[in-house]
Amino acid sequence: MIKVENVYYSYPNGFEALKGVSLEIHKGEFVTIMGENGAGKTTLVKLFNGLLKPSKGVVTVDGIRTVDASVATLARKVGFVFQNPDHQLFCETVKEEVAFALRNMGFQKDVIEKRVEWALNLLDIAKYREASPFTLSGGERKRVALASVLAFDPDYLILDEPTIGQDYSQKERLRHLVLQLNQQGKTIIIVTHDVEFVAECKPRIILMSKGKILAQGPAKEVLPKADILSRASLLMPQITQLFQMLSDLGLPGNVLDEYEAWEVLKGLGGIRLA
Amino acid sequence: MLRMLDGFRFRRGDSVIHRLDPRIKGLYAIVMMVAAMLYSEFYAMVFLALLPIPLVFLARVRKEWLRSLKGSAFFASFIFLINLITGYLYAGLVLTSETIFYSLSMTLRFIILMESFSLFFLTTIPDDLSLAIEKIGIPHDFCFAFTSAIRFVPDLALEIQSIMDAQKSRGLELEKGSFMERVRNYIPILVPMLIRSFQRSLELAEAMESRAYGAQKKRTSLYELKMTRSDYIALGLILLFLFTIVSLRFFIPPS
Repeated sequence: MIKVENVYYSYPNGFEALKGVSLEIHKGEFVTIMGENGAGKTTLVKLFNGLLKPSKGVVTVDGIRTVDASVATLARKVGFVFQNPDHQLFCETVKEEVAFALRNMGFQKDVIEKRVEWALNLLDIAKYREASPFTLSGGERKRVALASVLAFDPDYLILDEPTIGQDYSQKERLRHLVLQLNQQGKTIIIVTHDVEFVAECKPRIILMSKGKILAQGPAKEVLPKADILSRASLLMPQITQLFQMLSDLGLPGNVLDEYEAWEVLKGLGGIRLA
Repeated sequence: MLRMLDGFRFRRGDSVIHRLDPRIKGLYAIVMMVAAMLYSEFYAMVFLALLPIPLVFLARVRKEWLRSLKGSAFFASFIFLINLITGYLYAGLVLTSETIFYSLSMTLRFIILMESFSLFFLTTIPDDLSLAIEKIGIPHDFCFAFTSAIRFVPDLALEIQSIMDAQKSRGLELEKGSFMERVRNYIPILVPMLIRSFQRSLELAEAMESRAYGAQKKRTSLYELKMTRSDYIALGLILLFLFTIVSLRFFIPPS
């Protein structure tokens, strides 16, 4: 469990990014953190693997206070995939890149090989095994970065803006992968602005604005609330907007995606729009 | 270290000092540098080191300015120690008060340079700086390269931070191992940094070309630098100061 207790964080230049945040993320949960630019989302998740230490308050990961542990030890538990893959790729081949973290963490050679192959296949980049990461497209580089973290099998997986620069079918793949990993018991924490992506994943949502938590709860409860979302500079999913506009026809206002909409509309059978 | 660079970044502000012509402020920084080079007496150095303080208050950049000084504390103590040790060895393994004062003066010399250039960069708009060096007669391409280099320093610092975070999250430990291993630990930081720098230069070049950079041989400027009354007063004061320190040095024999 990741536990955040009344945490404040100020950057060295004096900017106070977090102003009293408390939350709990249980093992096996799927959580997304949403909010406007500068709301403190990335700052918050950087506290989870110890990259930042709270200025005030306590963050614990499985009972270990992050101030007492190094990033290297926390990283094994809490995998963090950054937004821009170009900030981490540096090896000559994709294979080396995926093996980098495993080497740092002192895995045995045969284990490393197995893990690397597993991660490459999982993200469908095994064919680029011997290619240089710099020759790949933006979306492929993002998957290499993800593979390089998944390879060491962390209990918690943090993804910072994973859908940026991905086409629709890659987003779909990512969604399936994330849900699959979550089903296998991994705790998933995603930082994103992508409302439609979140609507289809239906995780628990933590909504942030100006360094504080505005609201948290299941997607079904948070996403249909236009007023709270707008305070975090977000819009409702389009389907939800449409259904709320049609509420006088007796349509429910908390429909999040096409499948739910289809279920509802199918049940109505013979409605006629005047 | 990266925080020291922060003390050289322009902050929007409005004060007598901000409004001064960048050429005057540049001249001030250079005259302070000359003064720091001309003198090595301890009391003279203390005086020179205290001199910028009222200007910093006038410019209202006390916090940022102090940060640049704090950031340079490491180099300053390094300079002090080196001077102290060489002085100690040179004097035949005795620590004289002369050595201590000399080492302090050398450290102050560095601090004076930091103080004056930090004040200059903190209060001068990068575009004005470019205009100023262009006015001196340096070709625009060089001025542009120079100002964009300064402009990108804070971006680069942020980027290095992100790269370090990403690699640390993959279990990289920078402070582990023997000296050679530690050097090798920096490869995962340096490679992405270099590649990103090239990417950024390319992006910048494309952005400039799409805005027709270099289409016209003769450039005109939207803003012109103009000397005002306060600029002439400042110029007078700086020249008077320069005259005083030079004559004190060369025409009055040291006591």
